[in-house]
Amino acid sequence: MATEKGKLAIYWAASCGGCEISLLAINEKILEVDKAFDIVMWPCAADGKVHDIEKMADKSIDVCLFNGGIRTSEQEYMARLLRAKSKVLVAFGSCAGEGCIPGLGNVSNREEMFELNYLKCPGLDNPKGVVPQTETEVPEGKLHLPLFYDTLKTLDQTVEVDYFLPGCPPEADRIWDAIVAILEGKLPPAHSVIGENSTVCDSCKRVRSEKKIKSFKRTWQIIPDPEQCLLEQGLLCCGPATRAGCGALCPEVNSPCIGCYGPTDGVHDFGARLMSAVASVIDSQDPDEIRRIIEEGIPDPIGTFYRFSLAKSLLRRSRQNGHHATPATQEATL
Amino acid sequence: MGRTITIEPVTRIEGHAKVTVHLDDAGKVERARFHVNEFRGFEKFCEGRLFNEMPLITERICGICPVSHHLASAKACDAILGVEAPRPAKLLRELMHMGQVIQSHSMHFFELAGPDLLLGFDADPAVRNVVGLVQANPQLALKAVALRKFGQDIIARVGDRRIHPNFSVPGGVNKALSVSDRDAMLAQIPEMIGYVQEGLEIMRGWMESNAAEMERFASFSTAYLGLVDEDNAVNLYDGEIRLVDAQRYELDRFDGRQYLDYIAEHVEPWSYLKFPYYRKLGWPEGIYRVGPLARLNMAEKMATPLAQQEYERFRQLRDGKVVEGSLYYHYARLIEDLYAIERARQLLEDPECTSKDLRATARVTNREGVGVIEAPRGTLWHHYWVDEDGKLEKVNLIVATGNNNYAMSRAVEEVARSCVDGEKLTEGALNRIEAAIRAYDPCLSCSTHALGQMPLELVVYDAGGTEVARAQRR
Repeated sequence: MATEKGKLAIYWAASCGGCEISLLAINEKILEVDKAFDIVMWPCAADGKVHDIEKMADKSIDVCLFNGGIRTSEQEYMARLLRAKSKVLVAFGSCAGEGCIPGLGNVSNREEMFELNYLKCPGLDNPKGVVPQTETEVPEGKLHLPLFYDTLKTLDQTVEVDYFLPGCPPEADRIWDAIVAILEGKLPPAHSVIGENSTVCDSCKRVRSEKKIKSFKRTWQIIPDPEQCLLEQGLLCCGPATRAGCGALCPEVNSPCIGCYGPTDGVHDFGARLMSAVASVIDSQDPDEIRRIIEEGIPDPIGTFYRFSLAKSLLRRSRQNGHHATPATQEATL
Repeated sequence: MGRTITIEPVTRIEGHAKVTVHLDDAGKVERARFHVNEFRGFEKFCEGRLFNEMPLITERICGICPVSHHLASAKACDAILGVEAPRPAKLLRELMHMGQVIQSHSMHFFELAGPDLLLGFDADPAVRNVVGLVQANPQLALKAVALRKFGQDIIARVGDRRIHPNFSVPGGVNKALSVSDRDAMLAQIPEMIGYVQEGLEIMRGWMESNAAEMERFASFSTAYLGLVDEDNAVNLYDGEIRLVDAQRYELDRFDGRQYLDYIAEHVEPWSYLKFPYYRKLGWPEGIYRVGPLARLNMAEKMATPLAQQEYERFRQLRDGKVVEGSLYYHYARLIEDLYAIERARQLLEDPECTSKDLRATARVTNREGVGVIEAPRGTLWHHYWVDEDGKLEKVNLIVATGNNNYAMSRAVEEVARSCVDGEKLTEGALNRIEAAIRAYDPCLSCSTHALGQMPLELVVYDAGGTEVARAQRR
């Protein structure tokens, strides 16, 4: 363990706060973190303001755990600021690492989202068509909101990231493992994932019998057998493509793995990896039958194969009409 | 020339927030606003997904109360199948929700509000946090941690994952509760009741010695909304919506699934969060509050014995009239915490809670489904429209904190008027503004003060945007 107290920053961007709640679930070990580090920034739990961070010398924060994707100008500004000030920047959780659920927003864009939310949602009473603006004139002066981008980017699509800690959220024990690795300097090679490199299937207790299937089922259609492999029962389980680390908690409660720990090492596209695993359980050699099984069984391929990883995938986002979604000139403004 | 004071960041409600305070030429507060700085667009990108994905997708709106989203969503999914989940499944869903309420309420009271109440609004900011609380009263701090852990333990025992459970499916739940897990939870309940009662004693003592502050602080008239039983008892899991006005007169009572006939949403250009209100009274006359204090104001009783005893005390505070001061949210939160623990015991003692009859299966029967629940912070609606295959065509969500959007702005303004002096900014003023927001417990503030304190700064700009003064915590 470090002899002198290091400096730790924890920040969140476009996320839900679950990573931070998971961090609190390391319980009394948080005191060891407190012993080893001065926490210079943790907006949800500690004193430390943007101005203080701005004044610090570059690379003066030892470790920054950054959770959340980058969706607004404010978040981009903070990502760049914390990158510059930190020796080690960790993409903490699925949002920062691969975009997570908010990354599914890349099937759309700002205009469509604002239109639905502020102009079309049932229940709206908005006869003047008011939509939130980055700058609003009111009698007393100007009011500001951060700019909402068209595309959600992962942290490493925005700045250089040193390590990734996967999971939605990362389980408290895995967070603790990573903290110990950082404290003891026993880190894997730069830019890699701190975690296990096996799959959820490897840690799942269910019985696999190399059984093939003729149709995919939805969770509301069957009551799964508690012992048998869920994929072999026709439920689209992400276990074969998903990194272990959670303890196979979802299959434990008879629910298919949803893929929140992302892919294993060396896999660039989680969805492609999962598709190939899923294809291998289809019980047919006939292209027409295979097409029918897939079309009937998997009506939402994006939501099924890229639930957590669309922003990070090779697809990245849906095509924008004739123009690039996020111009390179879109500067961070606070 | 008027001036602007900006407080940023304050805390988060599903994102970041800030406060701007506008001063007039005399340095008096002219207007204050509470801005929500974040937007993620869930409604849009849920379109095209399968409806059974929604309990998993929407719980990721909030890592503080994922269970509430998970269950509101599951209820909307049940409605699409046109089934009622079997009774044992409902028991387990409600039990998990009680775990969520206990975890969220306990954390907020002891770890966030506690430092203000026990150490004082004007205490040295260096110690006015949970660490200071631990030093001042280590026994109490340990009990606080145990309570929060108990809530989380319920969630984990019922659904295996502490955060973002994968437990409820359309038509029921996926895992039975074991007898050993049931007994382990039941065994902890008497101790947990004792801890909350200790918190209640502290709260009552504080209220007595700060009676004037309780009455005055961010006190304003609104309507109050929440779910009730048939006999108007608070129900955190199910029931009908009851809306009472500032005189506790019942304005309306309706099936929550019909919310579109009763609730409308207003948009302001300076906040990403919309402003719901009661349609029949219009904007802004129809504003209402939700969450613990609102629930206790709009209901007539609590459905468990110890919580009811405390509720009777609450009712006497203003001789049966509504309790308007925002600081009373803290008291109300503890009364609900007590209720949630007692309710968890009732659920665990139900012989059907370990039943394996947990699922109803059916086809997509209805093209539309609504789920309503009382999240820790207030009423939460999920509304889905699907095609015949179960793919979502449209989604509408009204989240708990959103209902309090206008109330938080009002609270900030009330406090700013009474304690901000443009000529001389003090740390105490800052903390009071923060406390006004904190009373409503906007999401991530639950964990604020876990190690330190909420970042807050008050910056005064002249009309040209030049910084002329700054107050911040040290």
